[in-house]
Amino acid sequence: MRHVIEPTDLTLEEQSELIAEASLIMRNPSRYAEVCRGKILASLFYEPSTRTRLSFESAMISLGGSVIGFASGDVSSAAKGESIADTIRVAGCYADICAIRHPKEGSALVASQFSTIPVINAGDGGHEHPTQTYTDILTINAVKGRLENMTVGLCGDLKFGRTVHSLIKTLSLHPGNKFLLASPEELAIPDYIKWILRDRGCEFEETRDLEGAIGKMDILYMTRVQKERFFNEEDYVRLKDSYILDMAKLEGAKPDLAILHPLPRVNEISVEVDKDPRAVYFYQAMCGKFVRMALIKKLLDL
Amino acid sequence: MLSIDSIEKGVVIDHIKAGKAMQIYSYLNLDVLDCSVAVIKNAKSAKLGKKDIIKIEDRIDVDLNILGYMDPNITVNVIEGGMITSKLKLTLPDRLVNVIKCKNPRCVTSIEQEIAHVFKLSDKQQKVYRCVYCEQEQK
Repeated sequence: MRHVIEPTDLTLEEQSELIAEASLIMRNPSRYAEVCRGKILASLFYEPSTRTRLSFESAMISLGGSVIGFASGDVSSAAKGESIADTIRVAGCYADICAIRHPKEGSALVASQFSTIPVINAGDGGHEHPTQTYTDILTINAVKGRLENMTVGLCGDLKFGRTVHSLIKTLSLHPGNKFLLASPEELAIPDYIKWILRDRGCEFEETRDLEGAIGKMDILYMTRVQKERFFNEEDYVRLKDSYILDMAKLEGAKPDLAILHPLPRVNEISVEVDKDPRAVYFYQAMCGKFVRMALIKKLLDL
Repeated sequence: MLSIDSIEKGVVIDHIKAGKAMQIYSYLNLDVLDCSVAVIKNAKSAKLGKKDIIKIEDRIDVDLNILGYMDPNITVNVIEGGMITSKLKLTLPDRLVNVIKCKNPRCVTSIEQEIAHVFKLSDKQQKVYRCVYCEQEQK
């Protein structure tokens, strides 16, 4: 039995296979409509989510399976103080595979230690979000045709943005990728990620100036400054508008830049950018369903 | 002066910083052993002034890796046939289980009471350990 708690739980080769499979599903989804007939996904979401939860559930339904679960910790026994360990043991009695989102870092790892069914981490606080990473690399591969030798810009909340951490960890395993990290000082990338980049011999640069760095980027990965990651509202209000992408900032960008965003967007990408062909974030959201279909299929050995 | 018989076979943990012996006794789970264990506190030491010593009789298979994390100045002598047969070189253990606690308030260990606090060694030179759950650094 396999779990996916962090992106590297699949080897690079397995990730390539996953992307290839997701691309096949994307081209001909009806061929996979019965693959998970009779199988059940437990969708355990302790905190709000739109894309991740809906794409997991849509993925399982599109594979012919069914979904049980909850969309908030308030309506599960967690509200009565049930531990993650107990919840996952119970979920294993009713489902064949589980996707879990929980605000605490390491929660999915705990779940996997007690689970009798494969566990997929659908986001554990500010820590990891592997299926978003697989979505991101499927999108990048589809748009750029490669995953190596790129200058990858990441902008916004690099401190608490779990999608950013997971993507850096994965893309740093592909040769020749450089990273430009644009954030306010208060939301700079954590030391442990820099430690990983140094360890893997990756070039990276931290900057406070998105506009000055955008011209070098092949990929620009924008993130939201999330209110729920702050301990006090004053800090949030002061920083939330720090890095907004608009058409003026895009003037200096490469014509084949790909702009990604895990969504939801608040105002960090101006809506005028949506019409620019370099904006691929809604295509990216669509990729999320197909990569999750491929992952569910893989973990259930189907 | 207090006299503790020398041992024929076992382990002597020496040069423990005075006052730390009971902490080490606890981390090594020596309470579960059914052999003789002597804890000597505040023994005279030329090197340290005062030191603690732990003698474990009959057992040489105690997992002592934790000592490398707690105090690299501790010396460990293995005794067989009444003689010191080897001196163990202490190294930093790869994993620490329930030795230190994760201080990250966002870590799952802050709410999930039954799980062990596990850290893995991520940088030997800097003696950096990271929580296996949230990857928070603990020096």
